[in-house]
Amino acid sequence: MVHSFIGNLGHLMIIIAFVSSASAAISYFLSSSDNPLKAGRWQLFARTSYFIHAAAVFATVFCLFHIITNYYYEYHYAWKVSDRNLSNIYKISSLWQDQEGSFLLWIFWNVVLGLVIIFTNRYWEAPVMTIFALVQAFLTSMILGVVIPGINLKIGSDPFILLRDVFHNDEIFRLNPNFVPADGTGLNPLLQNYWMAIHPPTLFLGFSTTLVPFAFCLAGLWKKRYTEWIRPALPWSLVSALALGTGILMGGYWAYETLNFGGFWNWDPVENASFVPWLTLVASYHTMISYRNSSTALKASVILIVATFILILYSTFLTRSGVLGDASVHSFTDLGLSGQLLIYLLTFLVLSVSLVIFRWKDLPKSAKEVSTYSREFWIFMGATTLCLMAFQVIVATSIPVFNEIIEFFGGIGNIAIPSDQVAFYSGKQLWFAIFLALFSGTGQFFWWKKIDKEKLKAALTYPFIITLILTGIVIIVGKVKEFSYILLLTASIYSVVANSSILIKLVKNNINLAGGAIAHIGIALMLIGILFSTGYSKVVSLNKSGFKIFADVEEEFNLENIVLFLNQSYRMEPYDLTYKGRRLDVKGIPGYVDYNNLAPTEDRTRAIALEDININGKAYAKKGDTVKIHPENVYFQVDYIDEKGRNFSLYPRIQINENMGNVASPDIKKYFAKDLYTHLNYAPYLNPEEEIEWSDPESHTVKLGERFFINDFVTILDKVERVEDVVALGLNESDLAVRASISIFGNDGKYTVEPLYVIRDRMLGRIPETLQELGIQIVFTKIHPSTNEFTFEVRTTQRDFIVLKAIQKPGINVLWTGTLVMMLGFIIAIRRRYLEFITMRNKGTELRS
Amino acid sequence: MKKSHIFLLVVIAIAVSVVISTAGDASSYVNFKTAKEMKQNGDDNMVHVVGELKKDGQGKVVGIKPSNDRLSFSFIMVDDSQQEQLVFYKEPVPADFTKSEKVVVIGNYHSEVFVADKILLKCPSKYEETEIKPL
Repeated sequence: MVHSFIGNLGHLMIIIAFVSSASAAISYFLSSSDNPLKAGRWQLFARTSYFIHAAAVFATVFCLFHIITNYYYEYHYAWKVSDRNLSNIYKISSLWQDQEGSFLLWIFWNVVLGLVIIFTNRYWEAPVMTIFALVQAFLTSMILGVVIPGINLKIGSDPFILLRDVFHNDEIFRLNPNFVPADGTGLNPLLQNYWMAIHPPTLFLGFSTTLVPFAFCLAGLWKKRYTEWIRPALPWSLVSALALGTGILMGGYWAYETLNFGGFWNWDPVENASFVPWLTLVASYHTMISYRNSSTALKASVILIVATFILILYSTFLTRSGVLGDASVHSFTDLGLSGQLLIYLLTFLVLSVSLVIFRWKDLPKSAKEVSTYSREFWIFMGATTLCLMAFQVIVATSIPVFNEIIEFFGGIGNIAIPSDQVAFYSGKQLWFAIFLALFSGTGQFFWWKKIDKEKLKAALTYPFIITLILTGIVIIVGKVKEFSYILLLTASIYSVVANSSILIKLVKNNINLAGGAIAHIGIALMLIGILFSTGYSKVVSLNKSGFKIFADVEEEFNLENIVLFLNQSYRMEPYDLTYKGRRLDVKGIPGYVDYNNLAPTEDRTRAIALEDININGKAYAKKGDTVKIHPENVYFQVDYIDEKGRNFSLYPRIQINENMGNVASPDIKKYFAKDLYTHLNYAPYLNPEEEIEWSDPESHTVKLGERFFINDFVTILDKVERVEDVVALGLNESDLAVRASISIFGNDGKYTVEPLYVIRDRMLGRIPETLQELGIQIVFTKIHPSTNEFTFEVRTTQRDFIVLKAIQKPGINVLWTGTLVMMLGFIIAIRRRYLEFITMRNKGTELRS
Repeated sequence: MKKSHIFLLVVIAIAVSVVISTAGDASSYVNFKTAKEMKQNGDDNMVHVVGELKKDGQGKVVGIKPSNDRLSFSFIMVDDSQQEQLVFYKEPVPADFTKSEKVVVIGNYHSEVFVADKILLKCPSKYEETEIKPL
């Protein structure tokens, strides 16, 4: 049955959301009039419109969620992003898996922020909400899904399209228009990770919050409140920098943990598109502080805040319009929204730039030239460095756009992005980072008062000496040789030391002011962590055997990977490792369960336990129980013994992923000073349809105690005996079973194989035994009573093995620690600004109407 | 000259050098003919070539040859000027490879073979990419 009501309701809600946001924009515009009578008249209407808009957006989210959680796969969106097996958390996160849903998430956050502003800031409500509502009108138009009759122009792509409308040419819908697929295609397994539940909402909250300082800034210019807007914009830009920064870093951590490219940052255009606005946002925060304290850099603040918001729109355009198609591996597919996105971008670009130009000469000027010995000077230098970093990244990321522009004017755009992106960006950004660390260290010494040359010298002496000593030690211990790395290291350690010395003073006086120092320490630690973990990551899985693993791959692959055969110990300095076999993740059971103990069923997400599953004495499943598995994730247990004799197991994963090909995910052993990062580069027999290839059977007829050879291994038939307890084999009392016991002397010791010869209901049956360690299967085929001989058929196959790569990443914990420290710094600073706001409001000095 | 002017000049100088260095490091979109000429002239830089997979009369993709271990493969690509070229890629066949509308290979010539360091696929818009299978 097609549940058309809920989809129609959802679509109606989107249309209401669009119309009400447009009406809120217009009425807030009228309400922001300087004439109090007119303003008052429109205010109620404006607010009502916005509340209707908010309710409609919440209802849209509800409808989409209802469709996904009730398995209405007649809807394209639900069918595309979810299936019945998803756990609840992924049902929620599948909401924002595709383009329409992620727009909805963004709209949702904007609605929430708008409500916060209405309820906290009456003085700014009308002009700020005009801008908010206008943004909402543009955003909701992206998911409007309405065709304008006559010109046949479709606006937006809505998430409530029925499957049959998408695949209207499909045979199945011609035969039965009410066909509903039994299940969805599912959330891409690579995204089934708890980061999917928290990374996108955080990132989109970051995108959303950039609107707040922007709206205050434009409102300030528009209403000629040239300086008052800074007060409310300042804490919001901190919130935004925290949310966006956290969102970006979560993405980095997610990539490090689940993708096997071995890093946390790949300079992909999609990553760059969110990094660049963060840089300008942080720069704008600094210039605003500078203005608050000494009335300088107001114009710079205006430019940076506008630039941040425009860059957010620009990155949305880049990642969603398909313009990056040839340049990025993971941008969204083109929904045909490029025109709409371009109009959105250009509208706000023209609107804000012309407002800035129009008001430019009215903006209060800075009184005097900034002295080198003032804090403003250093803040400004830091902000400039941030902007140059942003500029370097955006210029190269925009290359596809330049091509489009050149082609628009009839030229031939043939510039391509640099082929080695990581080297290109990291190599340049490193130099900016050195200056950033220097400025963030020095700037702190000017925090309260102007100081002159002498005082600065006195203040800098100790940090300088400590820096040199620490850097010396780190260089020797870490064997840092490259000149640029030494500079970055020195600058970063200097920043840590300088900011720490400030922090010590602040802890004594006023901890509320410590946010800046702490955030700067965090950034400097991150730089140190990035330097070591990327600059000095070392491959430890070196193939010293001299044998090529594969004939037709790059030399590097053969040198930097090792082959581990099942249950055979291998020495990889400084570890001894053994591949113990394949494992699956079973729902409700901690750890992993041996692949061979689970028998597949018709339903690929269910398996039958072949043995009791006990972990730490607790029984989780009995033999014969049906358990729920994640069949696409295969884990490979590798046992390690490290140089201190400690044992641990790592479970690198290969995900059999129809959407993206097989994906290898690492498993990481965390040490204090380094990570041991391991992932597989190859394993045989991954796809279910790929059956094990056995050799043609080879027949051996032997007597008891006779020696023969299987695969060049010495083999002896030890004994043949009747099995007394046939019931234990799953046979009946009247059945007969004979067991042969065969010893095989492999390279690593003796193995015993016991195939069975069975007479069941008077029919002959043979139960073969497989020795996976040697890749041998033996079938007991015949008993010759006359000659006392027995016949066995032997088949051989490739032994199970994995090709593994292991990398040591020193100092990665410094990066993650730095990340947390930086976030803590932001939180302290936000709290300080918030307290400031509360005090002002209580004293009545905060502007209110 | 005021200090702020010097500052401005320094910033402009850095910005200009950023642009120049980006232009210098940028790769370029070329066809196979130019890519080969570049290599013959001693230019080892990687280039981008845009094209399609070779198809037979029925629109079936032909010429994909995985290696024995399936860790790498070669295929025939037709660039925008209809020149056919054997391309070698040192990774397994990407998912959706045969469904791609357009292929971008980034790499350079090693004698007669174009060795791709990276492959980007442009897949058809999402409303065409899957077929519904009746149950």
